[in-house]
Amino acid sequence: MTQGTALPTDTMAKRSEMEVTESLGRRERIRAVVNSSLVGAALVALVVLFSLLSPYFLSESNIFRVLEQVSVVAVLAVGQAFVIITGGIDLSEAALVPLVGVISALVMNSQHSIVVGVAAGLAVGAGVGLLNGFLVTVPKLPPFIATLATFSAADGTALLATGGQPVFNLPSGFTNFGQGGLSVFPYMAIVAIAIAVLFQFILARTTFGRHVYAMGSNPVAARLAGLHNARISLMVYSISGLLSGIGGMLLTAFVSTAQPAVALNSELDAIAAVVIGGASLFGGEGTIWGAMLGALLLAVLNNGTELLGISTYVQTVLLGVVVAVAVAVDNVRRKAEA
Amino acid sequence: MTAEATSAESGPAVLALVEVGKHFGGVSALQGVSIEVHRGEVVALVGDNGAGKSTLLRCVAGAHLPDVGSIEVDGRPVVIRHPSEARALGIEAVHQDLALADHLDVVANMFLGREISRRIGPFGVLDNRAMRAKANEIISEFGIKIPSLRARVRHLSGGQRQGVAIGRAVGWGTKLVMMDEPTAALGVRETARVQELIKSLAGKGLAVLLVSHNLDQVFEICDRVYVLRRGRLAAERKIANTTKEEVVGLITGAFAGEAATT
Ligand SMILES: Nc1ncnc2c1ncn2[C@@H]1O[C@H](COP(=O)(O)OP(=O)(O)O)[C@@H](O)[C@H]1O
Ligand SMILES: [Mg+2]
Repeated sequence: MTQGTALPTDTMAKRSEMEVTESLGRRERIRAVVNSSLVGAALVALVVLFSLLSPYFLSESNIFRVLEQVSVVAVLAVGQAFVIITGGIDLSEAALVPLVGVISALVMNSQHSIVVGVAAGLAVGAGVGLLNGFLVTVPKLPPFIATLATFSAADGTALLATGGQPVFNLPSGFTNFGQGGLSVFPYMAIVAIAIAVLFQFILARTTFGRHVYAMGSNPVAARLAGLHNARISLMVYSISGLLSGIGGMLLTAFVSTAQPAVALNSELDAIAAVVIGGASLFGGEGTIWGAMLGALLLAVLNNGTELLGISTYVQTVLLGVVVAVAVAVDNVRRKAEA
Repeated sequence: MTAEATSAESGPAVLALVEVGKHFGGVSALQGVSIEVHRGEVVALVGDNGAGKSTLLRCVAGAHLPDVGSIEVDGRPVVIRHPSEARALGIEAVHQDLALADHLDVVANMFLGREISRRIGPFGVLDNRAMRAKANEIISEFGIKIPSLRARVRHLSGGQRQGVAIGRAVGWGTKLVMMDEPTAALGVRETARVQELIKSLAGKGLAVLLVSHNLDQVFEICDRVYVLRRGRLAAERKIANTTKEEVVGLITGAFAGEAATT
């Protein structure tokens, strides 16, 4: 039975089978690279197209602008990716951004301390995330419903806390951070990159990251293997909430005022970035760097069309088209695989 | 078998179910079922589809909590609320649906829930090299046919998936290994290999509980057999003292069986 005692023919049969699946494993890895390079190729094509159509596109100041535009969505997409890979979805992110923005701003102004304001913002973000995790694991609400409920509650709370008015006169140290940068890199982009690197490491290299994939791939198998799915859910929704909070504060620092209202059309940006980046809404698949490529693709599309004077209405339509195409391409690829 | 002769005197059973019952809504999947499995013993659990075999295994594996009755491990009553608790007790299972994470590769599945990691700050960083090495050890120790360790499980054939599930269970089972129709998807040669493996587990002193529809297999490698019928224990037989005809009759209900009347 063991390899040592196997007959020669047996060994040969085994070897050929081994080779077949070895090449399967290789094909798998190649396919992953091809998929992300599809998004990468689309990104490069857009960059080439826009730089041909507008000489301003590749200027330092415009690159800085694109990176400013992508940063908040990128940070949200990191948290969204964790949730989506477990098979969930977090719709509350877009409302947590303004909620955390106004609360951190109000605290900052009343306490005259940036640190206390940021701490309050992080606490609110993580707290709402934890609440999402609770709703999904204890009363077992579908993630779509649970996070739609917290979206609404967060939206209303932000309006209540401010009477619907923006919060002005934020500490200059805070707003300077939101607008400053190093060469073509805004500080907020540096924060986003650091977050993406850290969380890609957590997702790909740690036990927790592996459990995130396992739960999304097959929650029953994950449980039977001894994993505690509820804990994993609590963690990923908390991460998403925490990062939404960071995104909310970055946005507030960037625009120098805390707006209590949800930015129009921003609800789907992070989800779109994650899905364009190769994640499956059914769970088990996706990467942070794919989501970052997706976020960058959306930002470049936005910026380029803006430069060319294309109306924002058309941009919104384009976003829908890009998401639909990305998911369709992914479905075709999946079918071809099965 | 010799293991069985000694089992009676060698202390408490590794696993004992006492009057265990479990129902789902109106369906009574198990009712008043008591069984024992001893060290070094291969015990078969047979019965028609829907008889409750998988439910029984799941209760022991921590996937279901029995409604009534108790489970004892090494003579001590235990409450197994979660699969992690079963695994901590040295109980492993190969479930009927195999319970693999399709998107993960072979090694990740074999080590799911017991990854080898190094602590770096707040992070448990996966040691993939150590896991591959250990996976290779398990594979060669048990002569399991598992393809490339890096292939995603969803690209494997039914037999190969079975190999992964079996490898995972036998790699860590220290007390009891349960298998739910482990050879259903296998060819003749792979089936023979798994049967050898089961015997070798018993030879190492583990207790094995095997659900099988294949009576030739049951008669070839098992010491005793329990027959379930519609959630109730219909009979218990030593393989040495029964025939396939009798077991078939007990499964179908053609023979009443003594336990069914209680
Ligand atoms: N999770 C469940 N929910 C509802 N009913 C179940 C569940 N698991 C098993 N059953 C029912 O319990 C009975 C026993 O099923 P099972 O243990 O799978 O039988 P077997 O493995 O012997 O074929 C069947 O009637 C089945 O429909
Ligand atoms: Mg079954």
